Amino acid sequence: MGIWLLRRVGQVIPTLLILSILIFGLQQLMPGDPALILAGEERGDPAVLAAIRAELGLDRSIPEQYLRWMGKVLTGDFGFSWRIRVPVSELILTKLPVTFQLASMAFIIAILIGVPLGIVSAVRKDTPADWAANGAALFGISTPNFWLGIMMILLFSVELGWLPPSGYVSPTEDLVQSLATTIMPAFVLGTGVASVLMRHTRAAMLTALSQDYVRTARAKGLRERVVVWKHALRNALIPVVTLGAIEFGRLLAGAVLTEQIFTIPGFGKLIVDAVFNRDYPVVQGVVLATALIFVVLSLIADLLYMAINPRLRQA
Amino acid sequence: MSATVPTAIPAGESPTRRAVRRFLRHRLAVFGLVIVLAFILVAILAPVIAPYDPLQTSWSRIRKPPSWDFWMGTDENGRDVLSRVIWGARASMMAGVVSVTGALLIGVPLGLLAGLAGGWVDAIISRIADAMLSVPFLILAIALAAFLGPALENAMLAIAITASPVFVRLSRGMALDAKATDWIEAARALGNPAWRTAFVHVLPNIIPPLLVQATLAIAEAIIAEAALSFLGLGMQPPNPSWGSMLNSSQRFLTQAPWLSIFPGVTIMIVVLAFNLMGDGLRDALDPRADKS
Repeated sequence: MGIWLLRRVGQVIPTLLILSILIFGLQQLMPGDPALILAGEERGDPAVLAAIRAELGLDRSIPEQYLRWMGKVLTGDFGFSWRIRVPVSELILTKLPVTFQLASMAFIIAILIGVPLGIVSAVRKDTPADWAANGAALFGISTPNFWLGIMMILLFSVELGWLPPSGYVSPTEDLVQSLATTIMPAFVLGTGVASVLMRHTRAAMLTALSQDYVRTARAKGLRERVVVWKHALRNALIPVVTLGAIEFGRLLAGAVLTEQIFTIPGFGKLIVDAVFNRDYPVVQGVVLATALIFVVLSLIADLLYMAINPRLRQA
Repeated sequence: MSATVPTAIPAGESPTRRAVRRFLRHRLAVFGLVIVLAFILVAILAPVIAPYDPLQTSWSRIRKPPSWDFWMGTDENGRDVLSRVIWGARASMMAGVVSVTGALLIGVPLGLLAGLAGGWVDAIISRIADAMLSVPFLILAIALAAFLGPALENAMLAIAITASPVFVRLSRGMALDAKATDWIEAARALGNPAWRTAFVHVLPNIIPPLLVQATLAIAEAIIAEAALSFLGLGMQPPNPSWGSMLNSSQRFLTQAPWLSIFPGVTIMIVVLAFNLMGDGLRDALDPRADKS
């Protein structure tokens, strides 16, 4: 187990290394000279431009720039925001909890909708219940979540006036208000993942239900409920749990648009605002941080898979 | 996942014909295909069927609700929403098809190369694909589009690059499977150069799974283009695209909800159609696929 873990972590390192090169390389795609953006009013002064280039290391060769950047990233220094002159790492750390709250709520909603629907549609395969669940999942996958968000604001805020259309309140400040401001975005964010979870739960349950041990359990005269819940579901949930951890990472990406629609000051809004302000270090930092989170989540997914699947434990 | 290697072909029916028959039996998939074809026609015939000029503004008809003259109403500049939705089909269908074609052109040769060459070539290509797949699709596309600059072409390029690692993985896996088979062994033994083996002998066998993946990828690319345009990174105003229409509609949600409803419903229908088609193709092309 220890050796396996080490090897698994070892696999991650080259991936992250290449990723860092790719993210660094994004800079080279950028049209125009960053020093000109930073200089602002003083862009006409060659001395100012030279000073900025020296400060950013832009006067060095590209491999040198990369090593300098990478060295800083390894110590947690993601550079500073060009616009507001705040360290990128600080920006990310203040915005991340907001998105984390949103993503966690969305994830819970996704599980509460997706898993039961998947079980029902597998157990009642080829009945109207199955068709309805499949249809719902198909709509969930096909609806752009930013549009769903606009439609929900139209219904629940504009027409019914039940929920605030935008804004965010921290749960430490006012829990009820916090839930009121995040429930709609969380639902919007959760529907896509709910659809994916539904499809996978259904497929895994169908596989499990056709296994010999399920037939044996039925032959023993066990009640159908026991067969479904105790024998089939336990095994079916193994791949679903793994997938869940990875889907959680995808919620971070979905949050980009959802936060934009509901004006929630999180991670997603950070990257969009940075894109508009041409605040490139922030864009780079957010992409790198997302990738890190994603890689860690895949690692957790593998560990979970090991923990719940006894057959893999001896290996 | 393994390659769909035609092991035994029933007498009198080619694999293609059998796939077509299986696809046509899938009523929902055919329904999806019909809608997709309809939208392709709308995109091509936009100048003919759009009732008004999509860019023609008019101060006398600002934010008029849907009526007989303007089926989907008019927008904040008095432009006809239906005409803009029709012209928007061009941006969306083009973004979907062009970016996925791009992703195929980048991903498939690299995947075949990785799978057939093996060794360090495989290691480098696979790690790059892994690295790209570790950033969620939309975030990578936004970052790329941001650095390339806001334009529809750049958005398409960003989506193509972002979508390519999936095809690298898929074709690499298929190439590895194919490499283990006798007929590839035979093709090599006959002295075929490696590129010929790859394109003449391996590629045709991996087309079915690529086709399925590409169809589903178009659905994803259309949503991604809408998302990028929504953020202002895709099609630039005043040119119509569904995503940018949704963006400007948000300000008038209370006064003119139709501005938000129609472009969104249209995106949903198109994406749904591609997804239905993709699911149908999967059932039709993989003889061993679960019928459910």
